Amino acid sequence: MRRLRLPQKLRNLELFLLLIACFINASAVVLVQLGALGELDPTLVLLGAGLSALVITLHIVLRFVARDADPFILPIATVLNGIGIAMIYRIDIADKQGGWESAAVRQTVWSALAIFSAIVVLLVIRNHRVLFRYTYIAGLVGVLLLFLPLVPGLGKEISGARVWISFGNFGTFQPGEIAKIALAVFFAGYLVRNRDSLSMVGKKFLGARFPRFRDLGPILIVWALSMSVIIFQRDLGTALLYFGLFLVMLYLATGRLSWVILGMGLFLGGALLASQTLDYVNGRFTNWLDALNPDVYEAKGGSFQLVQGLFGLAKGGLLGTGWGQGRPEITPVPQSDYIIASLGEELGLAGLFGILALYLLFVARGFRIGFAGQDDFGKLLAVGLAFVVALQCFIVIGGVTRVIPLTGLTTPFLAAGGSSLVANWIIAALLLRLSDTVRNQPRLVV
Amino acid sequence: MNRELKRVSIVVMLMFVALLSSTSVVQAFQADNLSADPRNTRTLYDSYQVERGAILVAGEPIAQSMPADDDYKFLRTYTNPELYAPITGYIPINGEPTGLEFALNAELTGTSNSQFFDKISALVTGQDPKGAAVEVTIDPIAQQAAWDALGDYTGSVVVTEPATGRILAMVSKPSFNPNLLTVHNNAEVTASYEALLADPSDPLIDRAINSLNPPGSVFKLVVTTAALESGDYTPESTFPNVAVYTAPGTTSKIENSSGGTCGAGDTVTLATALRLSCNIPFAELGVELGDTAIRETAEKFGFNSSYSIPMNVAGSVYPRGLDDPQTAQSAFGQFDVQVTPLQMAMVSGAIANGGVVMAPNLVQEILAPNLSAIETFKPVELGRVMSEETAATITAMMINGVQDGAASNARIDGVDVAGKTGTAQNGSTDPFTLWFTGFAPANDPQYAITVLVENGGGEGQTGFGNKLAAPVAQKVLEAVLNK
Repeated sequence: MRRLRLPQKLRNLELFLLLIACFINASAVVLVQLGALGELDPTLVLLGAGLSALVITLHIVLRFVARDADPFILPIATVLNGIGIAMIYRIDIADKQGGWESAAVRQTVWSALAIFSAIVVLLVIRNHRVLFRYTYIAGLVGVLLLFLPLVPGLGKEISGARVWISFGNFGTFQPGEIAKIALAVFFAGYLVRNRDSLSMVGKKFLGARFPRFRDLGPILIVWALSMSVIIFQRDLGTALLYFGLFLVMLYLATGRLSWVILGMGLFLGGALLASQTLDYVNGRFTNWLDALNPDVYEAKGGSFQLVQGLFGLAKGGLLGTGWGQGRPEITPVPQSDYIIASLGEELGLAGLFGILALYLLFVARGFRIGFAGQDDFGKLLAVGLAFVVALQCFIVIGGVTRVIPLTGLTTPFLAAGGSSLVANWIIAALLLRLSDTVRNQPRLVV
Repeated sequence: MNRELKRVSIVVMLMFVALLSSTSVVQAFQADNLSADPRNTRTLYDSYQVERGAILVAGEPIAQSMPADDDYKFLRTYTNPELYAPITGYIPINGEPTGLEFALNAELTGTSNSQFFDKISALVTGQDPKGAAVEVTIDPIAQQAAWDALGDYTGSVVVTEPATGRILAMVSKPSFNPNLLTVHNNAEVTASYEALLADPSDPLIDRAINSLNPPGSVFKLVVTTAALESGDYTPESTFPNVAVYTAPGTTSKIENSSGGTCGAGDTVTLATALRLSCNIPFAELGVELGDTAIRETAEKFGFNSSYSIPMNVAGSVYPRGLDDPQTAQSAFGQFDVQVTPLQMAMVSGAIANGGVVMAPNLVQEILAPNLSAIETFKPVELGRVMSEETAATITAMMINGVQDGAASNARIDGVDVAGKTGTAQNGSTDPFTLWFTGFAPANDPQYAITVLVENGGGEGQTGFGNKLAAPVAQKVLEAVLNK
């Protein structure tokens, strides 16, 4: 019946965009080699070709299991992933890293794993409503993943934050990245079930309806969770990410601005207290406000890294130095937390605007599902997942460019880091699934 | 839910607007400041990636970038390094450049605004970018003669062209070898720099423009100018000729350097006082003129302001608000009056130039890599400090000082030299600071010269300007006039 082969307009558009994305990625690697090495080295080009084959596979899977999925999500994820690999590779060249020591090779392997995970998600989850059934399990898994790094012997501390778990020689994994998906599922399911009690009752005060004390339970628990992340894992960014996600989903579900006011008050209070009592939080604020002060710059854990990132961005200027022509390797961790500064140096403001536009488009596609969706769980989940990408971009890019204090988070799809790639590709897969469902459902007339 | 969704979309939009703005601010508006930050090593490395332009004296490089087989690509190399160190300065890999290397960094690296179109064309044609070369005003014969004549003294010689302010020679001794500070090895550079910094003779200081000393009697030229320009005095104006003078309101005594009166007679003329360089008549004249009149004349010569040649020159000082005893001391270049040799060269230069002060300048031309001139420097007048008659009168008085006065050791056969010596005290026991300033030929001034000998020329309080500084000037003038 369906096999009558309607022309797959959306998929054809996706294929066209995907080919452009693969072409951009291949050009980036070639330009890096010409710019930084002065010659062409075929090994990485082969790896890139393998990656292209994998995203084309994903595209073919979509033709069978989600023919009406959004055509922009996959090309955007592909081009961001590829640009990230090119920049990581470029920094490997500067640091004279090669073979399996090379972060670019590892990133490529992780990308393959991540795209593979996305395919599995699309094949296994044929209808997103399945996830609704696992609301509380998802919540439990999320919390467990979040606190896994605190388990002695398993957790690993890197540059002050304890957010990794170690698999011996194989590498490290940041379970918090996966936790954000589990928590988004949990928040969506929980809020759809309980939003009536959270939104309907409560006293009016200053024109807004504030909740009853006994309904404060959930927000207090999530707040406590975030604060414990700040205190025990020493990770400001992750705490901000989860709490922001919860607040936005809570607002969407209940329509009550009072929740947002209450939540922001709680978080700011907590953060302020933390900045007074916890050295690392206090340092982050000083570095943010007074970065160019020589004392702050010289201090241990001071603004050296932040300022080096700014120097890199300044060097890039409007048009950038071009691939392989800048010196992003001067900035500490140029391939993960500071990849946006590295890209800003070599691609310039023009390049960063392009990257930000891609993120914005990605997020907008997620919100579009929210607007068009029929079931509240699907709407909430789509917007939650899209918002978490947007917020993560804001926290890390805003940190590098001094909009907010710097907190360590990965830039979605771009930054070196396997767990982040896997998580973001799963988000992409879920958005693809959700967008397909939205288009497939006959419009109900209520 | 869609109403809330719309609001959240607006929040997300705002977040991205914030990011677009912050990246624009950093990459567009703050970029220049961030690039100029001395902690920005990217800028430093970049300055080595282009072939830095050469610094040329009469077309021959005194500083040039030689290809190097390391990360920096070029090694900055100085020819005749000690002779030209005060002019070139040096550009180390781990610190701030100095001298012209600092003052003309943008031109030498090809990043100045005037080279914008060259940058674009280099981008299009794919050529390696190159900095501009700088031709300086230095005359190699004058520079070498000044270096030789100054011998082992600690001090400086500055030769300028009076009509244009072009600096023909600028020597500072002891000097140093800038090549030691440009090697591509942090530890070596630091060790050499620390050693130079610890050297008690301060070889890193360019004495011509950055060393402030009491001028002593050479300052009498400024006071004489103030007197003649006031219209109340002529060279024949007389002053009481006493052996000991006490200014009003003090008990401290002023003596002439001879210890006696200024020649014979009860009175002494201004001309005689300048010729014999007597202190008492000038102290009396200074008190009569008042500190304001002297300061205003000094400031027209360039005192109390700073300028660049294009290196920054330390401002010479004539203090404000002096009382009579201080004015009396200042009138023969003591108390808190402080000058650079370049400032004294401007004083002589202005007298030689008919009363017009010319801006001193070290740079002749900025040359593009294809040797076409990007920028040629023209003489700049700073203003008129005295009338042509006054200038001619003072010139005549200075000629007398050399022919038949306190500056006799600057005499050259067949050429009229105008000159004035100075022997300044630095406290009661410290060695004198010795000076000569003047110009030649007096009837058609081609060269103005100022010689500074610090530390008493090694003779403590027995050496004096005519004995040690004037012969240096005489040798330099002979060399340049005979070339």
